[in-house]
Amino acid sequence: MAETLAIRTARPRPVPWRSILLHLVIALGAVAMFFPFYWTLVTSLNADSRLDSAPTLWPADPSLEAYATLFTRLPFARVIGNSLLLAVVTTLVQLFTSATAAYAFSRLPFRGRTVVFGIYLATMMVPLQVLVVPLFAELKAFGLVDTYLGALLPTFASAFGIFLLRQAMNQVPTELDEAAALDGAGHFRIFWTVMLPNIRPALATLAVFAFMGSWNSFLWPLVVLRSPEVQTLPVALAGLQGQFTTQWDVVMAGSIVSILPMLAIYLFAQKYVIQGVANTGLK
Amino acid sequence: MTATLSRPGRAAPPAVRRAPSGGRTPAARRRYALTVLAFLLPSAVPLAMFVLGPMVAAAWISLTDWNLLAPANWVGFDNYAKLLTDPKTGDVFLHTLAYIAGYLPLVYLGGLAIALGLNTALRGRTLLRGVYFLPVVTSWIVVALVWRWLLNPANGVVNTVLAWFGIDGPGWWTDPAWAMPSIILASAWKDLGFVMVILLAGLQAIDPALLEAARVDGAGWWRRLVSIIMPLLSPATFFVIVISLINGFQVFDQVYAMTGGGPGGATQVVVQQIYDLTFRYGRAGEASALSWMLFVVILAVTVVQIRGQRKWVNYG
Repeated sequence: MAETLAIRTARPRPVPWRSILLHLVIALGAVAMFFPFYWTLVTSLNADSRLDSAPTLWPADPSLEAYATLFTRLPFARVIGNSLLLAVVTTLVQLFTSATAAYAFSRLPFRGRTVVFGIYLATMMVPLQVLVVPLFAELKAFGLVDTYLGALLPTFASAFGIFLLRQAMNQVPTELDEAAALDGAGHFRIFWTVMLPNIRPALATLAVFAFMGSWNSFLWPLVVLRSPEVQTLPVALAGLQGQFTTQWDVVMAGSIVSILPMLAIYLFAQKYVIQGVANTGLK
Repeated sequence: MTATLSRPGRAAPPAVRRAPSGGRTPAARRRYALTVLAFLLPSAVPLAMFVLGPMVAAAWISLTDWNLLAPANWVGFDNYAKLLTDPKTGDVFLHTLAYIAGYLPLVYLGGLAIALGLNTALRGRTLLRGVYFLPVVTSWIVVALVWRWLLNPANGVVNTVLAWFGIDGPGWWTDPAWAMPSIILASAWKDLGFVMVILLAGLQAIDPALLEAARVDGAGWWRRLVSIIMPLLSPATFFVIVISLINGFQVFDQVYAMTGGGPGGATQVVVQQIYDLTFRYGRAGEASALSWMLFVVILAVTVVQIRGQRKWVNYG
């Protein structure tokens, strides 16, 4: 009781120490979180990043030599192009396959729908590693090893995307499609003119996730894309390590090049990305 | 995955039958069936061909001696028997468990601390949240390379800073004892923001009136955290743990790029072993058997958690 009183009497004029301390700790944490990015940039600008040179907070003699090395000694422009192509196609196809499936699960009742949806969701639980060997064999049989299509095909449908869009469609009032149906619209028209415009935020979230997933994916491209001309950024970056064991400036320059597009998309769509993660946790 | 975690009893809005759905005549019904198919096939075909099919195929391959080249011979459960008696199998599972044991508490408690901090009236909250989340959008390979560089034993920035304080930094990824902690550190750094965002969303769903009432009743900060916040946050905590365990058992990219399973096999995790068995030694049958074992382990761990959630997860 005495304690309660003490707390209450102290409340009208709270000393902001706690708040100041909190700001300080959170800000320091953020600096620590950001430091690796800063360090990557500094290293990439420091032409002499060898194991034997002591680190400095700012490059003594900043140069873009490492970036030049990246683009002249390696088919790096090609590698970026490969990654971009795969990410864009994956994103577009996943938006299409997820939206159509989500519409069926949200608006088209049919016998066994719950079971089918359950099977769809179960595919999310299958680790890619279980599939790697037979997938590789399958695409080899199709003659698609070392081709873009071989890298793309397994990414065409995403249970996560279907789930995300179905959740969004379930929140669209059915009155909207009923009104369109009264005007004589069929399911394809309702899907295109009523449903899609109403779930734009969810589509944006999925687009960002699909792009990010493709841009950063490693195991499958590593397995299926064997020759240098078709390789993607993460695989090429991992390969850089062996080629330039001590040339950390080149490796870090490659990392910066790989981070930049994601950073741009992230800054542009931060709201959707964070909302998307938060939603998957809550629902 | 997520659907199985959702709270029981909260049904999706009822799908309403509208004008063009089915109908009475056989022709109308056939047209409706075709419509359903048209909406489902674009996703059903790739899922069947590239997920369900390969899954069944993996089960079959695991019962053969296939080496990626020569025709496969049926060997029954030999691969499983071989794996179960091979001490290497125990090692790779132990290394994976060691990774999880280090990673999960670090990423959860770190994410919780930041989420609690960001859930207060903090200036620049959006910016800070963005900075903490940034590593999440970065690829595992970049994370692994950057941390290899930060944790460089010779002149890495971490050991340099440690040296300022007179601490002789360890060999990190070159030292068998420190290689796994290096991977754990890099992984926690990458995933902290993901966990933070999920917990933050959970925190923001807590009714402030509850906390205010507790404070009026004299509950201190710790008391409110333990007795109110943590129970109400349990669904988010549950989700984080389930997802982290699933991903933790599948740890690979960062191991491949940071240590390749070394030094001396000290960080050889299950998936690294699957990869090596397949693409270094061409033992695809054994690799498939190991991947099925991993899948069964993940499935069992997840099912146990979902069964056990009722004991501690509070859906309010």
